[in-house]
Amino acid sequence: MTGSFSSHVEITLRVNGEPVTARVEARRHLIDFLRLDLGLTGSHAGCEHGVCGACTLRVDGEIVRGCLTLAAQLDGSEVWTIEGLSDSGAIRDLQDAFVARNALQCGFCTPGMLAACAELLDHNADPSRDDIREHISGNYCRCTGYEAIVDAVAAVAAARRGLARAAE
Amino acid sequence: MKPAPLSYARASDVGHALALWREAGPDARILAGGQSLLAGLNLRLAEVDGLIDISRIASLRTIDLVGDTLRIGALTRHADLERSDLVALHAPALAQAAPLIAHPAIRTRGTIGGSLAYADPAAELPACMLALDAVIVAQGDGGERRIAARDFFTGVFETGLEPFELLIAVEIPVLRPGRAQAVRELARRSGDYAMAGLVAAADVTPAGLRDVRLAYFGVGGSPVLARAAMAALDAGRPVAEAEAALDDDLDPSDDLQASAAMKRHLAKVLLRRVLADLTGTEQGRPA
Repeated sequence: MTGSFSSHVEITLRVNGEPVTARVEARRHLIDFLRLDLGLTGSHAGCEHGVCGACTLRVDGEIVRGCLTLAAQLDGSEVWTIEGLSDSGAIRDLQDAFVARNALQCGFCTPGMLAACAELLDHNADPSRDDIREHISGNYCRCTGYEAIVDAVAAVAAARRGLARAAE
Repeated sequence: MKPAPLSYARASDVGHALALWREAGPDARILAGGQSLLAGLNLRLAEVDGLIDISRIASLRTIDLVGDTLRIGALTRHADLERSDLVALHAPALAQAAPLIAHPAIRTRGTIGGSLAYADPAAELPACMLALDAVIVAQGDGGERRIAARDFFTGVFETGLEPFELLIAVEIPVLRPGRAQAVRELARRSGDYAMAGLVAAADVTPAGLRDVRLAYFGVGGSPVLARAAMAALDAGRPVAEAEAALDDDLDPSDDLQASAAMKRHLAKVLLRRVLADLTGTEQGRPA
């Protein structure tokens, strides 16, 4: 098809704070754009139909499924991947807690899991274990059985509340 | 998997979207939140040539109180419904239904208009429209057309939208004093499609429930009003009679989530629980 429609789209966006301009295939989903075009392989492509959560990352301040978002849709958007979230130190305590609690083994789910858990903690300073489980219900982990992940998130929530109290 | 090659255009407003649609032909697909469409394209269950991206049309992402009507723009996201004070106050069923839809990272992009136009028989929001007597607002080249929810959902993934008609908003009568709404579903895992679900609304009076609306989802080809059960409750009959009436109201088929017999059973379980929600009585006890 021609006219107003095209198979490639030019986009300008920010990825981990850096400006990026690219000409992408219209069918390219965000995860392939990040992994194959930008070399940011921290975001994982799992099921590619929105079920497993391995591609969860942050777009315009909210978590999304990278596999259910076309790169072509993101002109002007702000994308944060696990690389940027790690380098910025924004989720250092959460990452440390995952290591301390053995909340990962193979690591395939971990970037998406961290993005989901970080968002929960941003919106809910005192989540119950049920809240945590509900929030990560769309992020599959086949190694841990989830218990250690829930432990890690609960520990970080408690630690952050302690810090907040100490700062008062 | 990845989508097959496709042609894409981004619409700047509703008029532009309709013009693009005419240009591409009736088989072009509208991309709203994309949380079902893109999954289907990735799996190559669907193939499109023309993809018209309306997701950036900001004027369709609105929640407004207009007189006695809550008007919700088509691109309002499920997460917006969860957070909106107006929705919680005037259409609490939607606030209850939104967290039941998939998972947080999907609710940030999935839209009410997309869900309604897609018309998945197991989806929560179409049943909400039916229970709340919503009006679906569609815009075509000739202007706006209003379609009652009961006439909108015509079958499995089928709606009353005509070709080149874009769903732009829904209008929901605000909750009137003395009326209550409740939503429940039973799913195998959190975020899964429901084995069965129920959206209910009723006037809660000292004499019992009146003007009861019961809209089931996941138990038929489209959301179903349980008219016999509604009539039984309106007449003040015991809950057991309303339960028995569900056998006539519902005709579920086996699906991946549950057998037809199990869905019939769950529909009755849901009825008791939702009636308890409406009346504020202890869950599971006869209302």
